[in-house]
Amino acid sequence: MSDILEVKNLNVSYGGIKAVKDISFSVPKGQVVTLIGANGAGKSSTLRSIVSLVRPESGSILWEGAEIAGLPTDQIVSRGITLVPEGRRVFSDLSVAENLKIGAYMRKDALDEDLKWVYDLFPRLKERSWQLAGTLSGGEQQMLAIGRALMSRPKLIMMDEPSLGLAPIIVKGVFDIIREIHKQGVTILLIEQNANMALKAADIGYVMETGRITMTGSGAELLENDEVKAAYLGKAKEK
Amino acid sequence: MSWMEMNLPYLLAGISVGGQYALIAIGYTMVYGILRLINFAHGDIFMVAGLLVVYSTTIMPIYVAIPLMIVLTVLLGFVVERVAYKPLRSAPRMSIMISAIGVSYLLQNLALYVTGGLSQQYPAIPWISDTIQVFGATTKRVTVITPILTIVLVALLVLLIRYTKIGMAMRAASKDFETSQLMGIKINSVISTTFIIGSFLAAIGSLLFFTNYTGVTPTVGAMPGLKAFVAAVFGGIGSIPGAVIGAFIIGICENIIKGLGWTTFSDAFTFALLIVILLVKPTGLFGEKATDKV
Repeated sequence: MSDILEVKNLNVSYGGIKAVKDISFSVPKGQVVTLIGANGAGKSSTLRSIVSLVRPESGSILWEGAEIAGLPTDQIVSRGITLVPEGRRVFSDLSVAENLKIGAYMRKDALDEDLKWVYDLFPRLKERSWQLAGTLSGGEQQMLAIGRALMSRPKLIMMDEPSLGLAPIIVKGVFDIIREIHKQGVTILLIEQNANMALKAADIGYVMETGRITMTGSGAELLENDEVKAAYLGKAKEK
Repeated sequence: MSWMEMNLPYLLAGISVGGQYALIAIGYTMVYGILRLINFAHGDIFMVAGLLVVYSTTIMPIYVAIPLMIVLTVLLGFVVERVAYKPLRSAPRMSIMISAIGVSYLLQNLALYVTGGLSQQYPAIPWISDTIQVFGATTKRVTVITPILTIVLVALLVLLIRYTKIGMAMRAASKDFETSQLMGIKINSVISTTFIIGSFLAAIGSLLFFTNYTGVTPTVGAMPGLKAFVAAVFGGIGSIPGAVIGAFIIGICENIIKGLGWTTFSDAFTFALLIVILLVKPTGLFGEKATDKV
């Protein structure tokens, strides 16, 4: 299977502090890939550098074979990559419908079909389409953030901790949606601290620790891995 | 003569001045809304717009000079942003503010160089400078036109912001730059648009202002600029309706104070008002609550 996104020897630093150290990984088309790791492992920095919200210090990011590292964010987004940011970041003063429309900001074609698609995925958003996004609950805001990202018709949707701060039942809903989006052919790059849920949903998993990728495997393999179990799944190593 | 007849000219003047302040204040409040920057150069852009008319009317008819002035003023606002503010986008807010002060002095000193420091006579613009009678009060036609034009322009602006794509992008960008970029919004175009609108309204404001106050000096932008800024703070900086209402209140109050015979205190009133607002209600009439994102 061909890789839609390929990251090679990526380095990101903030001032003198290296957040991402020489990592390489790839995302095959049509699969769910997850980066798991603790706080500060460099997961968010990796995603943010892919869409140029932080400039990579060095390294290469290939999207469908073309170099995109350091391009302006709007150009990267227009090529079909989107990021659901950490903490949802919906536009609280815009209505739900406007939030969805702004997700399709670059597109010039009709949006009716996409709006219908997103409202079918998230019926709750349709009920509340006129409401200001700031009045939604955390789970609804997460749905909106995902819906907004889908409105750009992305080929790759990256999600930064979509389960953060949500009740377990809502988290389950979020992962159901991730599977549903995946089924519809969108490639997904997911980063999560909730390693258990993420690995169950993922085809491929990478484990990040202090800026480096320390382990790779299929989701199922990593779930069974003793070190992963001990460090991220809260299960003691079998002696 | 009844009280009303005595004071009507002042009230009319107040509404008119309020409209002029409003057109300038929108430039302050929109730029603040999106960049969190007090654009100190805004009053000077207003002054340059005045000088442009003074000089261009010497070589071309006024109906060419005025559109040209509007275009050049808009261009100036755009260039100032690109040259003096855009390179500092990721710098601390204080740096960009100091850059704005620098642009302000630059424009004033360029104007000083060009004018030689002498007050330049603003040409009388036909029709709007004509004298008319309103309810028995004698005034220039511009006094009546200003508030009407202001309200029409503000209404158009509000519609633009509420119902167009670029308006939606402006509202989004004023809340969250980063996420706006993730939507594919070109943040620099949005900021440029804001400066273009602000400068356009300042250009119209200067046309109306100088029809009443005929002398253009290099520092003439400072006072209306400051008052418009107070109006923007009074209304709640970042809020367009707030700036407009604040501007009309200040314009009317100033002129009523003049009408009562306390002309000397009319400026003091405005700045005293600024202090009181900052003490009592720092967010202004319609300002958003100061909640910093965590």
